[in-house]
Amino acid sequence: MEIPYTVSTRPDTGLWNAKIGIWLFLASEVMLFGALFSAYIFLRIDAAPGTWPHGLLNVPVGTMNTAILILSSVTVVLAWAALKMRRYRAYWWYMLATISCGVIFLVVKLGYEWPQKFEHFGAYIKPDALAKYEQYLGNERRIEKGLEPRIEITGHLHSQNTKEYEVALDPVNAEPNNPFMDRPHFFPLPVTDKIATIEKADVQRATMFLPTHSAYFASYFTITGLHGLHVLGGVIVFIYMWLPVSKKLYQRNPEHLANRVEVSGLFWHFVDLVWIFVFPLFYLL
Amino acid sequence: MNNPPDISQDPKEYEEYARGIQKHVRGYLMVGALLLTFTAITVALSYVDFGARKANVAVAMLVATLKAGLVAAIFMHLAAEKRLIYRILIFTGFFVMGLFWLILLAWYDYPIFR
Repeated sequence: MEIPYTVSTRPDTGLWNAKIGIWLFLASEVMLFGALFSAYIFLRIDAAPGTWPHGLLNVPVGTMNTAILILSSVTVVLAWAALKMRRYRAYWWYMLATISCGVIFLVVKLGYEWPQKFEHFGAYIKPDALAKYEQYLGNERRIEKGLEPRIEITGHLHSQNTKEYEVALDPVNAEPNNPFMDRPHFFPLPVTDKIATIEKADVQRATMFLPTHSAYFASYFTITGLHGLHVLGGVIVFIYMWLPVSKKLYQRNPEHLANRVEVSGLFWHFVDLVWIFVFPLFYLL
Repeated sequence: MNNPPDISQDPKEYEEYARGIQKHVRGYLMVGALLLTFTAITVALSYVDFGARKANVAVAMLVATLKAGLVAAIFMHLAAEKRLIYRILIFTGFFVMGLFWLILLAWYDYPIFR
């Protein structure tokens, strides 16, 4: 059976069918990500002072991934334009570039960024024990300057026994009174070799940087995870359209393939669009 | 920028058509370069102290909205699209605004830290 209106426009809608289909799907996607972003806003505006971390993610790597996604958005639209001009070779190369960008994005995210977080440790100190760890928190100076108090000590977990954690400190906690540490930096500073001993009795909760660490990391892993699934979905579809099986469609009906690339491209641009908001919200602000 | 029209079956018109698409391609490359520039600007601005964190968030969201607008208008061809698609998007916009409005209401209803 021939599927109607894959290329020609349907008289009552004025569009070919897949175009309406993808836009309805994207409308539902807007609601899905909209719900997650509104949850993010809610969690963030009601976060108690000191509980919403700032500057824990790797900004250069995040910026690179942003650039890669933008690049892939350009290549996919060029692939579509190449098909419209009936240049299959160019289409094939642009598609390969798009797929590669998607794969690089995922590898960086899942192979580097996430595992880096899983290795990082943070311990929230109980309110009545904060003064005891003043040398790592520097709160006297912070309160004087009107900054949010620090209530967490972070770094690499060296060892622990039943009573205490030994943590190789992040620079923020190694030199808490250094004004240089008041704001995050573009290049992440490596963990220092200064070791702090934190008694477990003084700790409210302590975890690696996992979704259980805080509302911040819960929303970070949920939103970037769902976004990553979308990138994966896009890559799979693009691979199908890049394989020889699609060349057969091209030879039979080039406009049909162009339309397929257009709708999957629309999905890809949407995924890029979501990342445009994810990047500043989680990495920069 | 308008959508490139569908290709003509007439070989005489093909050359003109291809040239038309080529013009669009230049536009797409420009938009890509603009988006990369805006990304750099977003990163740079996040290290400028605008006085309050809220002000920094507002500035970054403004730039992000601009970028999103570029992607939607040019890459997703929304600058010139059929009316039915705009209708779908008006509904989407309405419901998504409702979603954010609910958050605002919940925030006023539940004052823990204010």
